[in-house]
Amino acid sequence: MNATKKWPWSNLYLIAVFAVMYAPIFYLTFYSFNSGGTMHGYEGFTLDWYKEVFADTRLLIIVLNTLVIALLSGLLSTVLGIVGALAIYEVRRRRNKNTLLSFNNVLIVSPDVIIGASFLILFTMIGIRLGFFSVLLSHIAFSVPIVVLMVLPKLQEMSPTLIDAARDLGASRWQVLTGVVLPFIRPGIFAGFFMALTYSLDDFAVTFFVTGNGFSTLSVEIYSRARQGISLSINALSTLIFLFTILLVAGYYFITRRSGSRAGSASRGGVMTGAGEGGSR
Amino acid sequence: MAVRNRNFFLVPYVLWIVLFVAAPIALTLYKSFFDVDGAFTLDNYVRFFTPVYLKMTLSSFWYAFLITLFSLLIAYPAAWLLTRTKHKQLWLLLIILPTWINLLLKVYAFLGIFGTYGAVNRSLEWLGIGAQQILFTDFSFVFVSVYIFIPFMILPIFNSLEELNPSLVFAARDLGASPWTTFRRVVFPLTLDGVKAGCQAVFIPALSLFMITRLVAGNRVITLGTAIEQHFLVTQDWGMGSTIAVFLIIVMVLIMFAAGKREVRR
Repeated sequence: MNATKKWPWSNLYLIAVFAVMYAPIFYLTFYSFNSGGTMHGYEGFTLDWYKEVFADTRLLIIVLNTLVIALLSGLLSTVLGIVGALAIYEVRRRRNKNTLLSFNNVLIVSPDVIIGASFLILFTMIGIRLGFFSVLLSHIAFSVPIVVLMVLPKLQEMSPTLIDAARDLGASRWQVLTGVVLPFIRPGIFAGFFMALTYSLDDFAVTFFVTGNGFSTLSVEIYSRARQGISLSINALSTLIFLFTILLVAGYYFITRRSGSRAGSASRGGVMTGAGEGGSR
Repeated sequence: MAVRNRNFFLVPYVLWIVLFVAAPIALTLYKSFFDVDGAFTLDNYVRFFTPVYLKMTLSSFWYAFLITLFSLLIAYPAAWLLTRTKHKQLWLLLIILPTWINLLLKVYAFLGIFGTYGAVNRSLEWLGIGAQQILFTDFSFVFVSVYIFIPFMILPIFNSLEELNPSLVFAARDLGASPWTTFRRVVFPLTLDGVKAGCQAVFIPALSLFMITRLVAGNRVITLGTAIEQHFLVTQDWGMGSTIAVFLIIVMVLIMFAAGKREVRR
């Protein structure tokens, strides 16, 4: 009620926050069309930088690598995450359950640098060559806990009588799983897969540690290019990534909306409050 | 149903925990006892407590503190105002949307914005203040980090504000509390969980970021994360890097205990 009095002011503050949040993104996009070649002094409109991106085969291969890693790690970590959530769900003793959950959350709360460094030690100690495989393994590893956290609440929502009924009617364990449990937790699985996908696409620090020499993902490539200074092909690339991200988020929003859960922003919120490092990825 | 040992889902999951959670931490601890040549030593820990590293640790904490503080100061009012808007879920989604965009690209954008001829310096010149060196200073590091972390601070605070029963605020006002008193005695204590969650989500990564320091702070700011990256990937002194990592893990555990037994929930 008294908020109406302060309406214009509060609006201004929010608008300012929004402006600052989006300014860098639009700044990048704006200068990606600059023929001047710098991120200041707009000279004229050009699509040269986009042409350069699409002519750069090395870059396109890296994009492909990134997508392959994201999809593979997304799929595999979703499977492992479902298994993990089921495992935690079936543990009856509260203490064991909580122990498992705390182990699960270790990788969510640890900073990327720690994950990256410790995985680097792990891979060199057990003799896994750094490259595609080490990157894939680490992406799977850090995506599993997120999938678990997205799937577990759905399992807990499920009434145990559903399973009892299926068992009574003669379903085998496998049939219960594929016919009853998995369809019920499907929204959680989708959300988990999506989160795993974005974590993999976003990740820089962990990949940077375990990537070795020959292999590179988009974030690592952007980092090494950005360290050399400004090149507007990065701007063009980021505009494309921005559009792709919006499509992905919109698609995800649509899926979760349709499946009737408010998993959209709320669950991202739940994970992010725990994760936090979503920001440093 | 009551048969134990039927939980065969546990096998692959526990295997994952052992391999990717327990083993890496154990190996990091193990590595921290070896020097560059692979000989067992406690030197790394002795070195960690020399002024050079202590100073670095302190400055790292100081920066992380500043980043957390500014994020909180900006995010709290923003979260509060967000709960007051119509279509708040949509606005919330819009404020989270930038977090989905690769962090490096956002940091890279600031190379342009803060550059010698960038947008900020242009406006400063227009205002008659004149161009300043913004890039490669502590200011740019703190600013960019705060920018990156704001959504992570807004979210938990927003969620706890949403859970707050508005009649409590009305009751406080009816009983004659000023808006400030209402905020200090009613609203803030009740949203403390969200604030703690947000601070935790910001402080720990802020200690360990290295790409932001490398890209926009030059070599002026060295955080614990920068030092770890340096030791692992540049000087190849894995032992010292692991020692710093062990320290960071201990700090992380302490912070999580301090923040309370917060369960990750929605």
